[in-house]
Amino acid sequence: MKIEENASVAGLPAEPERATLEGKNKILGFWLFIAAETTLFATEFGTYLALKGSSLNGPTPYELFQMPVVAASTLVLLTSSLTSVLAIMGMHENDLQKMLRWFGITILLGAVFLGLEVYEFVEYIHEGHTITSSAFGSSFYLLLGTHGSHVLFGVLWILGLMIQGRNKGITVHTAPKFYVASLYWHFVDVVWIFIFTVVYLMGMIP
Amino acid sequence: MATLVVLIVFILFLAAILTGGYNRRYLDLLQENWLWNWITTVDHKRIGILYLIAGGFFFLMGGLEALLIRIQLMFPNSKFIVGDVYNQLMTMHGTTMIFLVALPLLFGLMNFIVPLQIGARDVAFPFLNSLGFWLYFSGGLLLNLSWLFGGAPDSGWFNYPTLALNDFSPGPGVNYYVLGLQIAGIGTLISGINFLVTIINMRAPGMTYLRMPLFTWTTFVTSALILFAFPPLTAGLFMMMFDRLFETSFFVTAGGGNVVVWQHIFWIFGHPEVYILVLPAFGVFSDVISTFSRKRLFGYNSMVFAVVLIGFLGFMVWVHHMFTVGLGPIANSIFAVSTMAIAVPTGIKVFNWLFTMWGGRIRFTTAMLYAAGFIVNFVMGGVTGVMLAVVPADHQFHDTYFVVAHFHYVIIGGTIMGILAGVYYWWPKMFGIKLDERWGRWNFWLFYFGFHLTFFPQHFLGLWGMPRRVFTYEAGYNLELGNLLSSLGAILMTAGLLFLLYNVVQTFRHGEAAGPDPWDGRTLEWAISSPPPAYNFAQTPRVRGLDPWWLEKHEGDGKLKPAEPLGPIHMPSPSHLPFVMSLGFFISGFGFVFHSWQVGVLGLIVVVVTMYVRSFQEDPGYHIQPDELKGVEH
Ligand SMILES: [Cu+2]
Repeated sequence: MKIEENASVAGLPAEPERATLEGKNKILGFWLFIAAETTLFATEFGTYLALKGSSLNGPTPYELFQMPVVAASTLVLLTSSLTSVLAIMGMHENDLQKMLRWFGITILLGAVFLGLEVYEFVEYIHEGHTITSSAFGSSFYLLLGTHGSHVLFGVLWILGLMIQGRNKGITVHTAPKFYVASLYWHFVDVVWIFIFTVVYLMGMIP
Repeated sequence: MATLVVLIVFILFLAAILTGGYNRRYLDLLQENWLWNWITTVDHKRIGILYLIAGGFFFLMGGLEALLIRIQLMFPNSKFIVGDVYNQLMTMHGTTMIFLVALPLLFGLMNFIVPLQIGARDVAFPFLNSLGFWLYFSGGLLLNLSWLFGGAPDSGWFNYPTLALNDFSPGPGVNYYVLGLQIAGIGTLISGINFLVTIINMRAPGMTYLRMPLFTWTTFVTSALILFAFPPLTAGLFMMMFDRLFETSFFVTAGGGNVVVWQHIFWIFGHPEVYILVLPAFGVFSDVISTFSRKRLFGYNSMVFAVVLIGFLGFMVWVHHMFTVGLGPIANSIFAVSTMAIAVPTGIKVFNWLFTMWGGRIRFTTAMLYAAGFIVNFVMGGVTGVMLAVVPADHQFHDTYFVVAHFHYVIIGGTIMGILAGVYYWWPKMFGIKLDERWGRWNFWLFYFGFHLTFFPQHFLGLWGMPRRVFTYEAGYNLELGNLLSSLGAILMTAGLLFLLYNVVQTFRHGEAAGPDPWDGRTLEWAISSPPPAYNFAQTPRVRGLDPWWLEKHEGDGKLKPAEPLGPIHMPSPSHLPFVMSLGFFISGFGFVFHSWQVGVLGLIVVVVTMYVRSFQEDPGYHIQPDELKGVEH
């Protein structure tokens, strides 16, 4: 609190997100939050691994998963991680339009990912794989649902930040928000890579 | 109908949030109201006091529940409270004391004291600090409303399936447990992150990690434990909630689920939780013992090391709660050894406390009495802990009163006595008046004697085969005397706490001003006035060593050295959003308890809307000018 923030300085510092104590606190706090989220997902992964064999009369992971759709989702989400990096590069160049453009593409890709996920879930439900069908179904939808709702939250959040960016521009006050949102987006991507490996690739082993 | 009422209230609230109040004049009136000031406060000191008040209220609830349990068990074959009501009482007693009393009371002390001890003006996230409190309070309230609407949870504080699932707990009780703890747990996690960032980023110049007072150190480690222990609980509570509300099969064996998964998840949270509770108490005792022995803490570095090591080992021992599940001899042996290993750092701490007192000029104030008494309790609780870690013996002890005696020795003898010591020690700093020492001694001796009388006989009751959680026992099995003594002890403990209550009321009415440094303290909080001003330090201090205030008094000129010139001080503005957001969570939780997903989702919408409002809010705060600062020489 002792560093006076002054948003209207001419020219932005090189790393505007760390220019104030408030910004530094926000970034550190967010890293810690990501650590907590990692533990949350770890618990859900553990539960999935413990229960994935219990598919009762429903389809097993091997019979169920459609790799083409999953591969497409993975590609979309990984690309969105790249575009969010480009957005932050725009922020560091103090180029508002560039930042907004790349964030826009990022959430668009996030929305496409969600669309693919919904399509995938609808297919599964037709094959009798629901959240209530078996312990495998419960743990599968909990893990993927938690991840999917994180993507949804990220899309809504970054959308709000884009509106703020349009109104207020890049300042030492808004920069930490953009930066933290991109950290969040990367984290959600990393979780997906684990889901891709642990749920889908390992599910391919009959 | 109820849904409709809730809906209308909601729309009103939404309108209020979005328009910034019903009208300006009404809003101005509201903002001058003292209650409104407390609801919207973001001052860490006021939030600390709020934690103490709320924690004290739930302490009253949990204490009454304990008293009713002990009255029922006073004589064999009592009919005072039987069956399901007894199950609800013992479940709520445990849940309340662990989640709503012990940790929040510690949070109260931490919130008030830690920023002062590190020379900071506030915590890193004042807004989140307030949110953490209101989430805890609304979660606790939701849990306790179960007594009025539909019945309290009745499957024990660790809520094992299958007992906790719909087949055996058909009422809404366990829903309250799941949702109340979920909401309070999110608040706890937020507070943990806040303390971590505060301690890492907000220390005054010169306050290096190895100059931090032990209370700050233990707060730091406890917050790190919260960071990694609470998310598994969150995940587990979600699974339990889905199993109960949406017919999933995480723990339902008929659907392929596995009850042991819950046990693992719960204890991966549950064991670190006991260190979360006891480490801050260690911190209080370290500060108290060093102050009242007029010596610097013996083996400061090894104390810090021991705290960190205990925190680390705390995550590797959870299976000792599951020795009788049948995980096999290898798993049991590994976890038995890791459990016993914790005795080593704990032993280091006990000896360091003793060596701090050795040769010191000891003053037996009430706080010091609690600290000295604690050492005895904790050695006893530690010994029974190692006994429980021996797997074959544990098969005998498991689910008997021996376990009950063990964990009450560490949680009351450690955590609660730590809180009481902290209250006596820091009360003058918080309120500017000392608690009366004479009533304090009455409080201590009655409570201490009552505590041993209650729980010492329970070791033997357990060894003689009395199972825990059962509402009565037969005459003629040699259990009568132990239970009678235990119940009499509970009455003595209550009497002891009534003395504390009396003491508080009396000293508020005619206590005398304590001054800034009533105990001849060693750490930074004693260098500023009591109670401290809103901005804590007019100038951020420069810290020149361990026990900085003692150093300035004995090797300097008795004044803190400033690290910055006098200037305007930036303060965060109060906000009502944390309260509104917690209200959203509360309503959502209430909806889900009664299977009304409409109300549940509506509550969550309020949460999301307030988050959005907050994100768009610019908080410029306000400034206190140098000439408004009190007690500063210009
Ligand atoms: Cu344990």
